[in-house]
This record gives sequence, structure tokens and C-alpha cells, in this order.
Amino acid sequence: MRHVISVLVQDHPRVLNRITSLFARRGFNLESLAVGTTHVPGLSRISLVVSGDDHTLEQVEKQLNRLIEVLKVTDHSEPHVERELCLVKVHVAGVEERLAVKDIQEAFRARVVDVAQRSLILELTGDSKKVDSFIEALRPYGILEVMRTGAVAMSRGERTLKVREKREAV
Amino acid sequence: MKGAEALLKALEREGVELIFGHPGGAIMPTYDALYDSKIRHILVRHEQGGVHAATAYARASGRVGVVMATSGPGALNLVTGLADAYMDSTPVVAITGNVPRALIGTDAFQEADVTGVTMPITKHNYLVQDVNEIPRVVREAFHIASTGRPGPVLIDIPKDVQLAEFTGDFEVELDLPGYKPTTKGHPKQIERALDALEKAERPILMVGGGSQHAHAELLAFAEKTGLPVITTLMGLGAFPGNHPLWLGMPGMHGTVAANRAIHHADVILAIGLRFDDRVTGKVSRFAPHAHTIIHVDIDPAEIGKVVRTHIPIVGDARLVLKEMLKGAKPLKLASWWRELEEWRTRYPLRWKPRPHLQSQEVIRAFFEATGGNAIVTTGVGQHQMFAAQFFPVTRPRSFITSGGLGTMGVGLPFAIGAKFARPDELVIDFDGDGSFQMTLQELATVVKYGLDVKVVILNNGYLGMVRQWQDLFHAKRYSEVYLADSNPDFARLAEAYGIRGIKVERKEDLRKGVEAVLNADGPVVAEFKVYHEEGVFPMIPAGGAAEDMILEHPEEKEEVEA
Ligand SMILES: Cc1ncc(C[n+]2csc(CCOP(=O)(O)OP(=O)(O)O)c2C)c(N)n1
Repeated sequence: MRHVISVLVQDHPRVLNRITSLFARRGFNLESLAVGTTHVPGLSRISLVVSGDDHTLEQVEKQLNRLIEVLKVTDHSEPHVERELCLVKVHVAGVEERLAVKDIQEAFRARVVDVAQRSLILELTGDSKKVDSFIEALRPYGILEVMRTGAVAMSRGERTLKVREKREAV
Repeated sequence: MKGAEALLKALEREGVELIFGHPGGAIMPTYDALYDSKIRHILVRHEQGGVHAATAYARASGRVGVVMATSGPGALNLVTGLADAYMDSTPVVAITGNVPRALIGTDAFQEADVTGVTMPITKHNYLVQDVNEIPRVVREAFHIASTGRPGPVLIDIPKDVQLAEFTGDFEVELDLPGYKPTTKGHPKQIERALDALEKAERPILMVGGGSQHAHAELLAFAEKTGLPVITTLMGLGAFPGNHPLWLGMPGMHGTVAANRAIHHADVILAIGLRFDDRVTGKVSRFAPHAHTIIHVDIDPAEIGKVVRTHIPIVGDARLVLKEMLKGAKPLKLASWWRELEEWRTRYPLRWKPRPHLQSQEVIRAFFEATGGNAIVTTGVGQHQMFAAQFFPVTRPRSFITSGGLGTMGVGLPFAIGAKFARPDELVIDFDGDGSFQMTLQELATVVKYGLDVKVVILNNGYLGMVRQWQDLFHAKRYSEVYLADSNPDFARLAEAYGIRGIKVERKEDLRKGVEAVLNADGPVVAEFKVYHEEGVFPMIPAGGAAEDMILEHPEEKEEVEA
């Protein structure tokens, strides 16, 4: 099963290394990883997409928690918001195609962020399924490049990725 | 004050008295500072010897072992020993020099990404970028290494940081928001555990290396409840090897009684062990009748990792046992004990007597001559298993071996580390001719410091354990395991180092040989030429279960039973 996991870490050098190396040596399958800083200086937040059975997931969480710089790990099994950003550079040979791509763009509420003579760059945010279908819809026109960030996630409502003591909630 | 001096001062503040190490360019400023330091440095001949010695020092003393090495090749020579310490949860702090900060990442002379390389085999590691960070990093490293589930921590310090002027403060407060080990077991779970034990008909207590420091509580708890006790290889000595409640070691070369007890147990209380596959065999067939497995471990990730746990208790073995002791009651286990006793008397550890000298009898002779009062270290192989079987140590921290990684070559450096930790104890290294040759250069360290360690080489002329597997599972195709054609004369080799060498070849010389070793004033290397095709039994083949246990070599079976 696919799981989205949020990890709150101290943003020390090599902390990402530790996490990816952990996945590699424990044989966990890491599908995507997205990282960014938080509003608290010194803390970063990582979203991981992992697939595996319950036992594997339990181990993923426990092994992540063993890392000294990991403050908190949450498996988003509860209602949560999940987003991914994707940029697609698509080939557009002529006016007809340009219009067709525009239809897709509107249907998905994507944005055009670059226009060139024979290509467009489209930007889309949504959950990973939506991004998948967007890419599939564009595929017939000739996709030149795709860049996806990997999913990021946040629990709905009051729930936050809180840290014990000292640190502020994030 | 230079960074190097600050480093030593910070180490002194952690109570470090002894560092094993080997110098080199990138760590020279620290060696220079050592010249004026109170800290004693032990010069080893290979960094691997240093880290193993630090490991044994830690295991024998309960303190943190420290090892130091230069950058690149020096640091990389620590890799095996760090992995070994990591697998066996040993508190070791390794300090390595690195090339100056400006050269990092340029493939400079003797540069290696040591923090990168050691990431998977250390509990944590540091690359110190700022000289004023030294006290904090040292404080954290010792704290992390020695608390929670102990483990090795590496501190990599670029040469220019060692040379930089230190203006920082030594009074540092620990601030590790992501590191808060749970040490006190959950009272509700402890209650549940006691309850399960009380209702059990065939309960057992299994303990591992995580219980070495909990020996007193363990003994009290076992005696109060009357539970049968099984100790893993790493747990040997945590419970006295001469105690009537002790059933021996479980697993691949464990006793029949221990393995049958596990097989028939309905409730298992496992403390400070990680259900290594050498213990469980095939997990799906492990302890098939156990409806309740209680697992006590300081590392939550160990609970449920291998076997299904019904009552998880995250906590320190000592504290949990202390709590459990309060509610412990004598259990009614008379009929269970009758069964156990039957297995124990019917299937004691034994060997098939041969005309030739045998490893088992050599080890047994040392056991008898010493009354078991020694610190035993071993290499890895058959001799290691024979030592575990026939030298049942009675005190904690007295059987020092490589369990998780199974590192050949640890025997001699382990003996060195153990002797430094407990100089008044008799230290015996039971080694293999193969294992010993992986780190024998540390004989020089023995000489340099006049260390009274007794090295007992059980020379079977083979990589014996591998030969045994080839014998049993590869139709006796002895591929690349023969050593006798090229082994040195170990006694003369020892003498070349200035160490007393003894050679014993015949059964009738055994007693005299053992006495000569034990009575020798100072270090000895004794070579016992033992039967070349011996096998370690009982044995559960890899991936097998308790029921698959073989008691003797299939081809020798009838003779033995006769
Ligand atoms: C560093 C290392 N290399 C290889 C092995 C694989 N191995 C396990 S036991 C063994 C043979 C050990 O031979 P020896 O030390 O002579 O002991 P014996 O089994 O003969 O008692 C080998 C090669 C190992 N455990 N460690």
C-alpha cells in the first residue's frame, strides 16, 4: 500500500543522506521525497512516499525515529491534504494542437508558464493521481520533459506535526 | 588553545582515560596535543585492532571505548570494527582526522568521505566544521554512544579545525530534541507481562547482550520466579553459566534443552535481544506454541522487527526488571521443569572422543583449570561456538565475542581491550588459526604494553566453520579452506615478537599445556593442534527450526549413539 509520511528533521548537513541511506540499506522502497524548510528556523519537513505492507511501514517509521536528527514521524493515514507540483513541457506543432492542449490545461486548471514557438510549459498542482492523468492527457501531443516534485502532505484540521518541548509546533 | 587541545579537554571531561589509536597526517595536531595530555594513548598496529580493542574495552568495563585514526586509509580501516560495534550495540566513540576543510570534496591526498561511508554502521556521526563546536559534539557523541541502545559514534575533524584557535565554552547543555530514549517500561505493559507469566504453563526467559548490565536484577528475577533462563551468544555471562536455572544458549549451535524449551514454550519473556536469525532459525517456525511473546528492548525498532510481539515493553532491561521484580511471584513450574530437566540430562553438550586432541576438550580443560574465572574473547568460527558451549562464563561482561557481524580477527584485539579494561582478570583469547591471522600484528601491541593475555589458538588447519558447511551441505567439496599448508609455526611466530610460544600436539600433553599457559608469567601464544575435521554440534542448519536440529555428524551418528 502507498503511504505518505511526513518527517520533521533538524536541517543539519547530511540529514537527507541519512534518510535515503536508511531506505537503501533496509530495503525500503522510496517512491518520492520532497523537502523544504519550515517556519521554525533549523527545522525542515520531509514528505516521503513509501509503499509496503503494515510491517514494513511500522519499520520505516521506527527506523526513521532512530535517527538522532528526526524529531517526528507521521504516517498520513488520517484525512490529509496531499499535493504535488508538476511542470510539463509539451510539443505543440500547430494551432490546432495548441488549442487542444489549452483545453486540457483548462480542464485540469493548469497554468501556462512558458510559451515558445513549438512548445509550452504547463504547471499543475494536485494530488499525485491528478498529476498522473494530466500527464496521460498530454502524452499524445508529445511530451518533451516532465518534472514532478513528489508529493507533500499535511494533516487536515487541528492535527499538526508537533514536537515535544522546547520547539514550536510546526 | 587549539582545537586539538580542546578536543582532548572535552574527552577528559567525559572521563576518558584511554584511547586506542594509530596516527597519521590529518590527525597529527591531536597527537601533538596528546603528548602533553593526561589521557593515555595505546598505539595499535592497525586501526581495525584499535576499534576492536575499544569495543572490548567498552564491553568489559561498561564504559565508552575510544579509538582514534587519521583520515582516509586510517579512518576506513575502522569500518569493520565500527560495523561490529554497531551490530552488537557497543558504545564506542571514534575520532578521525580529515583533510583541511578547504580540501574536502577535492579528492585530496588521503581524503575519504568517512561520515558518508560510516553512516549505515554508526549510531550517529559528525563532521566538525567549527572549532568551537568541539565540546558540544564530544558531549553529544558520548551521550548518544552510551545511552539508549548503545552504539558507535564517529567524530570526523578536519585538520585545520584541529589547528584553529578555540574560543568556545566547555559548559555545553545537551540539546538533542530528536533523541529521547525511553528507559522506564510502561507500568501497564509490565503488569500484563507479569500476568501472562503467572498464567503460563511453559514460560521461558530469554536474554541477550542488552541484559549484561542488568545481571543482578536478572538473577533476582529468575530466582524469584523460578523461570528457566536462556542466554544468547551476546547474553552469555549476563546470567551465571553454572546456575541450575540456566538452560544454555539457543539457536544454530545452542543446547537441545534451550531450543526445545523455546519450541515448547507458551510464554516467552525476551529481554535485550533482537531475535537474530542465528537464534530464531526460520522465523515462521520459531516458537510455534508461544501464544504470548513479551519483548523488552530499549530500541522500539527491535520490537516486532523479526517476531510478532504480544506485549511490547520499551525500556532499559535493568529498570524494567527492577519493576518486574516488585510484582514477581514464584511460579508453579514443576512439571515444566521435569520436561526441561529431562532434555538437559539426556542431551548435555558433549563431543565424540577421538584419538586426536580436540578443541572442545582444550576449552573444557581451561574451564576446569580456571574454575571459569576468566574473561574469554574469541575469533569467529567453530572455536567461537566451542568456547560458548564449553566455557560457560559465570560473570557478566566476561564473554566478549563478535555476535552480529561475526568478524574474524576480533579475538586478539578484543583480548587487548578487555585486559586494559580489567587488568586484574585473567584474559584468554580462544582463537582460530584463520581468525588469528587476520589481526595477529596486534601481538606487537601486547608486547609494547606488556599485556598479560593468553592466546589459545585452536589450530585445525582449516577455515573450520566453512569447511563444516562444505562437509554438510556441499558434498565435502572443500573449496579454498585449507590453511595447514601455509600456516606459520604459531609458537615461533610469537617468539619472533618476543612472546612466549607453546605448542601442544598430543592429547596426553593437554594438561601440561594448559598449565604452562596459565602459569606463564606474561603473555603467551599457545597453539593446540586439534582434530582437523571436527564439527560443531548440535546444529540447526541455516533457515531450519528447532525440530531440524542435528545432534552429530550424520555419518558418525550410529557410533555416537552406540
Ligand atoms: C572477516 C571475515 N571473513 C570471513 C568470514 C567467514 N567465516 C566465518 S567462520 C570462518 C572460518 C574461521 O576459521 P578459523 O578462524 O580457523 O576458525 P575455526 O572455524 O577453524 O575454528 C570464515 C572464513 C568471517 N566470519 N569474517
